[in-house]
Amino acid sequence: MKSLSRRKFIIHSGMVGGGLALGMKIPFIENAEAKTAGAEVNAWVVVNPDNTCVIRIARSEMGQGTITGLAQLVAEELECDWKKVSTEQVTAGQNLARKRVWGEMGTGGSRGIRISQDYVRRGGAIARVMLLQAAAEQWKVPVDELSVADGVITHAASKRKTTYGGVAAAAAKLTPPDPKSIQLKDPKDWKIAGKPLQRLDTADKLNGSKVFSIDLKLPGMLHAAIKQCPVFGGKLASFDEAKITGRPGVKRAVKVNDAAVAVVADTWWRAKSALEALPVVWDEGAGASESSAIIAERLRGGLAAVDEPFAGWREGDAPKAIQGAARKVEAVYSTPFLAHATMEPMNCTAKVTADRVEVWAPTQNAEATLAAASEESGLPIGQAEVYKLDLGGGFGRRGGTQDYTRQAVAIAKQFPGVPVKLIWSREEDMQHDFFRPISQCRLSAGVDESGKLTGLHMRISGQSINAFLNPSIIKDRRDMRQVQGLYKDPGDAQFGYTMPNLLIEYAMRNTTVPVGPWRGVNTNQNAVYLECFMDEVARAAGADPLEFRRALMSDKPKHLAVLNAAAAKAGWGQPLPAGVHRGIAQFMGYGSYSAAVAEVSVDASSGKVSVHRMVLALDCGHAVNPGQIAAQVEGSVAYGLSATLYGECTVDKGRMVQSNFHDYPILRLAEMPKVETVIVPSYDFWGGVGEPTISVVAPAVLNAIHTATGKPVRSLPLKNVKLA
Amino acid sequence: MAKLNINGKVRDVQVEADTPLLWAIREQAGLTGTKYGCGVAQCGACSVHINGELRRSCSIPVGSVKATDRIVTIEGLAAHSSHPVQKAWAALDVPQCGYCQSGQIMAAAALLKKNPQPSDKDVDEAMTNICRCGTYQRIRAAVHMAAEDKRVKS
Repeated sequence: MKSLSRRKFIIHSGMVGGGLALGMKIPFIENAEAKTAGAEVNAWVVVNPDNTCVIRIARSEMGQGTITGLAQLVAEELECDWKKVSTEQVTAGQNLARKRVWGEMGTGGSRGIRISQDYVRRGGAIARVMLLQAAAEQWKVPVDELSVADGVITHAASKRKTTYGGVAAAAAKLTPPDPKSIQLKDPKDWKIAGKPLQRLDTADKLNGSKVFSIDLKLPGMLHAAIKQCPVFGGKLASFDEAKITGRPGVKRAVKVNDAAVAVVADTWWRAKSALEALPVVWDEGAGASESSAIIAERLRGGLAAVDEPFAGWREGDAPKAIQGAARKVEAVYSTPFLAHATMEPMNCTAKVTADRVEVWAPTQNAEATLAAASEESGLPIGQAEVYKLDLGGGFGRRGGTQDYTRQAVAIAKQFPGVPVKLIWSREEDMQHDFFRPISQCRLSAGVDESGKLTGLHMRISGQSINAFLNPSIIKDRRDMRQVQGLYKDPGDAQFGYTMPNLLIEYAMRNTTVPVGPWRGVNTNQNAVYLECFMDEVARAAGADPLEFRRALMSDKPKHLAVLNAAAAKAGWGQPLPAGVHRGIAQFMGYGSYSAAVAEVSVDASSGKVSVHRMVLALDCGHAVNPGQIAAQVEGSVAYGLSATLYGECTVDKGRMVQSNFHDYPILRLAEMPKVETVIVPSYDFWGGVGEPTISVVAPAVLNAIHTATGKPVRSLPLKNVKLA
Repeated sequence: MAKLNINGKVRDVQVEADTPLLWAIREQAGLTGTKYGCGVAQCGACSVHINGELRRSCSIPVGSVKATDRIVTIEGLAAHSSHPVQKAWAALDVPQCGYCQSGQIMAAAALLKKNPQPSDKDVDEAMTNICRCGTYQRIRAAVHMAAEDKRVKS
């Protein structure tokens, strides 16, 4: 923790309590006077005189273990002592001021490690080269006569030793080598990376000392509770502040941009209580007529549409092949809107003065937060700063949109110089999400007399995330992002089967509901559609679902390898206890290959589904921390099963119906299956980890249910499906 | 105005009687390890011990808590994270984001106090807090590990 001593905290010391002793990190501001103890060898590495190494992290930590994984990669090349490593988050303002020396900070799309691995490893290697050079110059010996291990530099010929701490100050003054000149280690020689090391950020999560953004305390801070127009697209008409004046602790009720009102008080509970008593009139607008029934009808229109532009691709002539097939299989599937429901609700603290805006936020994209703070405050971006705190869950909710940051700044602007912490209630959080988009899919397939698949046609109809968040990138309504996991091209999210006739189409059908990325994004829905239908087709062909898939995957060796790995570990084809049935699925996303086998029973009288065991196989190329990869796989099973069993947000009168965990249930411990993770690293690419495996959870379970009941499940969630 | 005994210290808190205990703990006592997750006793992120019983503090008005009631939050569970549950959580790298883990640890500690050797079924029934990161498999293993640790020590 020596690194912290050279930082001047803007947070008063009372808040940190015992946290400092346990390694808690608080986002810092630069303080030149205090910068004495440690030497910044380069942007990634600070070495203290006591040989502790501080590794700088630009990506956000939201539980996925990216801090530990990135530190392992830097430390591997740095050759420091892992036991003496701590980490430090950089701020978006520092990154901007230093010409983005830490690269992009956005943490989504399972990109935290795979996109930064090259430059963070080079960062560690460059620091090592500089530290060795400094020792060589001190001893006046050629640098190639030196060796290093665990931060101890040795000159064998003269039996001299020094440490990184001893030469760091001199190393910091050297000119760094060209990053391109660095030869990175062969991963097979890794000693720190590639190992299932324990996380670096556990201690303060065990005793309450970790400070999430929602826990932040600043001197003189006020607290805000917010209510947003319940109807999407509606506006705030008026509110009657007189009705809450004089309530204890209440300062003011304030308009927040066009569509929300907030009450600001000395505590959050007083702000929230007053907000509930505040009469508010909304201008609901045209969106008030939107409903789940109308949306479903609109999507059915997309399934039937003939004369419009579709995103997708084709091979051969699938409709013709299916038309002429000996046997035709057809089905329509659907999946609902879903909320992220991070455990830490949306929140943000902002302080705005005449010439500076500061924001403390849980964010997956600190640079987007910085831009939002600058825009909302009206101050130039160089006068903005964002202190990123580790997130109480992200799952895609806290990326580029930064609605809660804009709101906090808009509120704080009305209290100049005073920090204001905005916290959303769970109800606001659940009803004003950027939801996983709703969609339907019509599938048809042709099978010949020998049971061979002759053609497949997938028509997806549903809402486009890009149309809501980034419409300018869509050309002619063809949004390829909505067919994620069904792509022709290899590398990212490739369709796993080869067949002579294939037609994949996406018809855009938008709604008034805000949508956004949700862990796994469109791979979730598309894997359900493709992989459940593949089981239907296999049955029609009289084939085993695994063998049917294998026959279509001979030129997709990596897809096939994970499918085989999952099947082997699960004992596909081996006897099961009475009443237990297996289902299998494979899919690709985020540059990684996933497969799952589920073991499921369905109670014959109640229809209750029990998922007993899930085996998941993953090829993410290089496996930086197998222990944390297993944790991400386990987590993806829980998140995916919650969605499969319970997840559904419905729309009535233009607003979301579900509001809290009583009507948006989440999987609990008793329902968690035994999860076994098989990592199948092929060491020839860098794939993602946080998201890929979630896509195969639902289809593996649904396929097992199909086997158990003899009937396919084509609509989620299962709570709405009668299975007995 | 109320008197609350939190982690062995009696404090005067300036709140309305209908304020949930959670918010008095967080905003008046300044102990933010106890989390807000739902406000309706669904998720368990706000779990504390009151007179040794596991309670969801978001749904208990301060006015119903007596000055003699002994409230223990995650900060007061054990010095230096030395409770067997905390040690097992560390050994098995249970937390991901960590937000729900104060509540999970308080729930596990309460379970082991009543039932030092819980079966899987006992754990299923007692551990009902929500974790969105999906740490349930490791929570289950860590509860058993902590039980073993307690057994060895006793």
